[in-house]
Amino acid sequence: MSHFGSFLQFFRKNLETFSDGHGVVTGESRAWEEGYRTRWQHDKIVRSTHGVNCTGSCSWKIYVKGGIVTWETQQTDYPRTRPDMPNHEPRGCPRGASYSWYLYSGNRLKYPMVRGRLLRLWRDARARLAPVEAWRSIVEDPERRKSYLSARGLGGFVRSSWDEVNEIIASANVYTIRRYGPDRVCGFSPIPAMSMVSYASGSRYLSLIGATCLSFYDWYCDLPPSSPQTWGEQTDVPESADWYNAMFLILWGSNVPQTRTPDAHFYSESRYKGTQSVVISPDYSEATKFADLWIHPKAGTDSALAMAMGHVILKEFHVERRSEYFSDYCRRFSDFPFLVRLVKRGESYVPERLLRASDFPDGLGETNNPEWKTCAFDELSGRLVAPRGSIGYRWGEEGAWNLEERAGTDGAAVRLRLSAADAPEGPADCLPVAFPYFGTYKHDHYSGTQHPDVLVRRVPVMRVETREGIVPAATVFDLIVANYGVDRGLGGGNVASSYDEDLPYTPAWQERVTGVSRNLVITTARQFADTAEKTRGKSMVILGAGVNHWYNMDLTYRGIINMLVFCGCVGQSGGGWAHYVGQEKVRPQVGWATLAFATDWYRPPRQMNGTSFFYAHTDQWRYEKVSAKELLSPTAPEGDWDVSLIDYNVRAERMGWLPSAPQLEGNPLDVARAAEAAGERVSDYVTKRLKSGEIRLATEDPDNPENFPRNLFVWRSNLLGSSGKGHEYFLRHLLGAQNSVLGKDLGELGERKPTEVVWRDAPIGKLDLLVTLDFRMSTTCLYSDIVLPTATWYEKNDLNTSDMHTFIHPLSSAVDPIWQARSDWDIYRGIAYKFSEVARGVLGVEKDLVLTPLMHDSPSELGQALDVKDWKRGECEPIPGKTAQAMTVVERDYTSVGAMYTSLGPLLSSLGNGGKGMSWKTETEVEYLRRLNGEVSEAGPALGRPRIWTDIEAAEAVMTLAPETNGSVAVKAWEALGKRTGRDHRHLALPREEEKIRFRDIVAQPRRTITSPIWSGLDDEEITYNAGYTNVHELIPWRTLSGRQELYLDHLWMRAFGEALCVYKPPVDTRSVPPAEARFADGGPYVVVNFLTPHQKWGIHSTYSDTLIMLTLSRGGPIVWISETDARKADLVDNDWIELFNVNGSLVARAVVSQRIQPGTVMMYHAQEKIVNIPGSVATGNRGGIHNSVTRTTVKPTHMIGGYAQLSYGMNYYGTVGSNRDEFVVLRKLKRVDWLEGPLDPARPLDSAARTGTPT
Amino acid sequence: MIAFANTLIFGYYPYVALSVFLTGSVVRYNRTQYLWRSGSSELLRKRELVIGSTLFHYGVLVVLGGHLVGFVTPDAVLDFLGVSLRAHQLLAVVAGGISGTAAWVGLTLLVHRRLFDPRIRKTSSAMGIFVLLLVWVQLTFGLATVPLTLHHLDGRMFQVLVHYVQSILYFQPGGAATLLPVSWVYKVHIFLGFTFFLVWPFSRLAHIWSAPVWYLLRLYQVVRRRKAPARRRGMPS
Repeated sequence: MSHFGSFLQFFRKNLETFSDGHGVVTGESRAWEEGYRTRWQHDKIVRSTHGVNCTGSCSWKIYVKGGIVTWETQQTDYPRTRPDMPNHEPRGCPRGASYSWYLYSGNRLKYPMVRGRLLRLWRDARARLAPVEAWRSIVEDPERRKSYLSARGLGGFVRSSWDEVNEIIASANVYTIRRYGPDRVCGFSPIPAMSMVSYASGSRYLSLIGATCLSFYDWYCDLPPSSPQTWGEQTDVPESADWYNAMFLILWGSNVPQTRTPDAHFYSESRYKGTQSVVISPDYSEATKFADLWIHPKAGTDSALAMAMGHVILKEFHVERRSEYFSDYCRRFSDFPFLVRLVKRGESYVPERLLRASDFPDGLGETNNPEWKTCAFDELSGRLVAPRGSIGYRWGEEGAWNLEERAGTDGAAVRLRLSAADAPEGPADCLPVAFPYFGTYKHDHYSGTQHPDVLVRRVPVMRVETREGIVPAATVFDLIVANYGVDRGLGGGNVASSYDEDLPYTPAWQERVTGVSRNLVITTARQFADTAEKTRGKSMVILGAGVNHWYNMDLTYRGIINMLVFCGCVGQSGGGWAHYVGQEKVRPQVGWATLAFATDWYRPPRQMNGTSFFYAHTDQWRYEKVSAKELLSPTAPEGDWDVSLIDYNVRAERMGWLPSAPQLEGNPLDVARAAEAAGERVSDYVTKRLKSGEIRLATEDPDNPENFPRNLFVWRSNLLGSSGKGHEYFLRHLLGAQNSVLGKDLGELGERKPTEVVWRDAPIGKLDLLVTLDFRMSTTCLYSDIVLPTATWYEKNDLNTSDMHTFIHPLSSAVDPIWQARSDWDIYRGIAYKFSEVARGVLGVEKDLVLTPLMHDSPSELGQALDVKDWKRGECEPIPGKTAQAMTVVERDYTSVGAMYTSLGPLLSSLGNGGKGMSWKTETEVEYLRRLNGEVSEAGPALGRPRIWTDIEAAEAVMTLAPETNGSVAVKAWEALGKRTGRDHRHLALPREEEKIRFRDIVAQPRRTITSPIWSGLDDEEITYNAGYTNVHELIPWRTLSGRQELYLDHLWMRAFGEALCVYKPPVDTRSVPPAEARFADGGPYVVVNFLTPHQKWGIHSTYSDTLIMLTLSRGGPIVWISETDARKADLVDNDWIELFNVNGSLVARAVVSQRIQPGTVMMYHAQEKIVNIPGSVATGNRGGIHNSVTRTTVKPTHMIGGYAQLSYGMNYYGTVGSNRDEFVVLRKLKRVDWLEGPLDPARPLDSAARTGTPT
Repeated sequence: MIAFANTLIFGYYPYVALSVFLTGSVVRYNRTQYLWRSGSSELLRKRELVIGSTLFHYGVLVVLGGHLVGFVTPDAVLDFLGVSLRAHQLLAVVAGGISGTAAWVGLTLLVHRRLFDPRIRKTSSAMGIFVLLLVWVQLTFGLATVPLTLHHLDGRMFQVLVHYVQSILYFQPGGAATLLPVSWVYKVHIFLGFTFFLVWPFSRLAHIWSAPVWYLLRLYQVVRRRKAPARRRGMPS
């Protein structure tokens, strides 16, 4: 009956009364109830997650009704944990819960779009010319090229079609490969773990055409260099459930409830269990409410705090009383007992490199890699030995690379001596040893202390007989104790017997640097160690971006890692370091890498460290004000150290330490052809000419148009709106767009220029083509030439894993991509096929010379063992793979890129698969995939190969090839590792050998991955995942020089910069404020403050900062948090518009005045979009920028070291990092809020305001 | 021409308006139950609403009641009750004047709030603002008739109006013509009055139909009998 019909029954609805007329039974319609019932009914509920930035890896239910995604809620079906351990749920956060907003938002990209000016040029040219010719006619004409480059960021997109954009992109790629070389095509995408197939789609296409994949982890500065430095592993960390096992938990620069929301419950639960917690953070962060104690050091001085805590731990647990557990752990699992050679320098000695077996006349009996086997003194036999497990045992022999307490090849049991003072007769001698001190560094905003810059302390030594005679040597332990300034009663100065002495690194000393009371430091350190001793290592530190985004982040981290190693926490359940910033574990890594870098077709792929790439190609090096000289150690060995930071990078590339992109000055296709014509082996041909200078590395002349990166793909990323440190330099030099660079470069300033790099006029606009794939019009899209609409995370099939738990679960397609959007996999597949078509007649089967650095986890990590020699300066010969980059000729079939993209190539069968130094055969898995996915029936190189046409088929390939998702592969992998270690590890995977986790399985429910030797923890029902677990419990060496946790880094460059041992270094002075302060001050009040860019509360990870829902919860636009003190000084009240600037550029935001903030600092949550609510800046006359408008990255030479055991390059493993927190800005009220409505004034040439400093 | 327009507006337009009002109400009640609502903005902001809404609603209830009683009651009934024309008019003017003023003040507050409170303005629909202004103008004209009426205390003018309304309601022809000499103020008021009925079903005015008066008579416990389970799926037909 209709509603009105029942209304007509109004007077007849009462049927009877009851209870003496107090109640009535009615017959009225109850149809209205249906509305409430169907409100909660859906056509389907699909499992998916949030797939780029969000490392939470929470499985979600996506509700679909009438073909529309209505909302999402948290899945609650993670497999249960064991008794006494909280379950993983709830997992989720408000950002994730609002993600579905994006699907139908006004900001959604619906069609392929092209910059209007470019499209007009293209259609004109294409009407007359073949595709590649058409592209040539546009980019080779400077006027045409400039016409669309200069419009980047200024709107003007028009709708195009997939056919047309694919043709433009393919033509640009083909042209660039033919004209400049495949290494001039690049791609950037971050965090593959969050949507592995989507990452793999772009990187597979790029790898097939020989293009360069750029790393992200280092560029985001989320990469902690201390991790490879100490462990030879990058970011292997405990899952969040292991926080629950900790008994003492320090949160250091990490804001767990805000940034790891889905995992924070384990933190609360551990508090219920009784775990003590200390939060160390300069601001009153959300995490602080969990704390028993809140410590708030001056921002940027954390390493001083860590050093002082280390001082207390060493003194009380290693020197005054020797904790049995701690010293046993350190003896077996750290480099404590290894011997360091001391060399005389003036009156005192300086620690040099670790002694190697090759230093001794008999080589200690070692013939294989003796120069890579570190040495220690054996107390049982009273002789020097080269204990098993050092990196020399890893390569070239089998069965002795393990952490058993045995001497090298003879296998005799040993007990390594920790200290020379342990000799029953006392130490042979005590020598004065010089330690560098950097606390005197001059900085306007950090007060130094008045200690000498070289601290001489007495260290007990042994005398050992080497090939070069008898030399003094000290154990790492003895050096560390001296370095921390702990008095051992050996006499001499600069050591403290009391915590109240003002000497580095006592608690009293740190008080002056950090402002933290010494008593808090002593108590915290003592409780931390005491808990670890009683629980055998259950003290844990969760540390994060707050301390990792600084220039000297590795020192802060090493200070903390030292505490953990001193207390035997690493590798123990409930202990160790827990760094969760940006990387996240691609658990099925080796299966994924095959797909992602197309190693099934071609090896090796081209990979590049993002930071060095952007530093060079956005020309931030042209503005570098930090000199190597000011960073250098007063104890540095003799050498040519006083050069620019980019000079170090060039040297590192030359010596094969870091990769290059572009690689050589010429086109690698032409080089290979010329070598062939000359009848020489390509590597001989190139080596000879490199030496003579006839061929140069592209890095030596980054501003030469021949060496520009020409095409850039950005997908799953907001490179320009979020992660592009030095945003304005990107705009100016890489893109040629309107920009607000306020400073002058070294040439304009007449300052000293780099010596290894050619100085040219500043290039404006290096990229011919910027293509961005996104589902929303992000800041990056605004600056792109072509924008491709991609599927959202609820519209595609993909894989997702995390550090935070050991499960693998999917993204799956709840609805088809709306409008003309396509999944990343489908987009790149389309481009690949179009490429094959367009390439015909221009490119065929081509020989491509690929340069690869000395890679970690490969035999080439044994580069130069004892010294650093540069062939360019005649110190040695260029030997590819030893003293220079390795050279491989890859024969590419450019007309079959599409067919290769969609099939699994033959190299898996012929060469097998593997990772992290292991390899195994994969014929069985390839055959399995052939039957599972079917095989290719089209003629060509892919005929008969297993097919990977769809994203699900690609996911199946990843999961079949990876040990973590295929039990039989896991057993094979453990067997491969067992050959190296001489131990049987198969028991870790055998119980799950039959298990094959398939895509449909994880759609049904998240599945726990299988324990594999690719990682160092167990994916186990009984033992929570914790990094280093198999190192400690299975005696698998860390992949470092000594095979142990390396606290002494003996590389020449480490010693030159005074970082062989952990020290305190204050933030560097970027000198970016004074020139801007002088030029733009207008008499009004302002403050100069440290600019910090932590993680947002209302965006990023599973959403971005443009979501209306999250904007409604905050202030609806860009904000900067400022302390009440600074606000008063700058005459500000809450919600005032403010402007922040320095020589790098300027930004505009509203002020949030809060007691939370430490005076002297401001916080701007990073990645607030340029597209939301941003008026013009008075200082520049341009629209106020993003948080990275006031930053510029500064690279650190010690991160460039390569070919040296754990200090070797690996993509997203080691390399330069893009730090940005040492930056200071001028902050003042924005005088005039100008929304810059209306078209750009034609009288105002692009960027003129920035260059002249005249506000317009 | 004037006569034609007069007939169109006061002879035919009322029937158009009332027809749309009746059929529109039924159709909307049937089809868009979720939009059958008062559209209160109380959750967004209480300021001005409490006093404005109270004044307006009590005032307007008396005004509407007065109109209903005053215009619909046949002369015979009045005669029987012994209410003279003069007394009738005086009652209308005094009661209507007081309650109308209260409603007008209340509504003025509400209009101000709707237009000048940015949060309320942003969440207003065009129809919401239109209806509010319509009622405000109508009230203004209604009050403007009071001084006019005081010039004709004999009640003759009043009787013309009453008879006109009754001619419409009782389908008696020629009613429109009787309005020809009446002041334009009354005419506008009448025109807006019928317009009020025209937009009623398509705006928040629909809530007038559903004023919860029956709640006053409701028993303590109401048990709604379950129908056959076959009707479980599907929306009401």
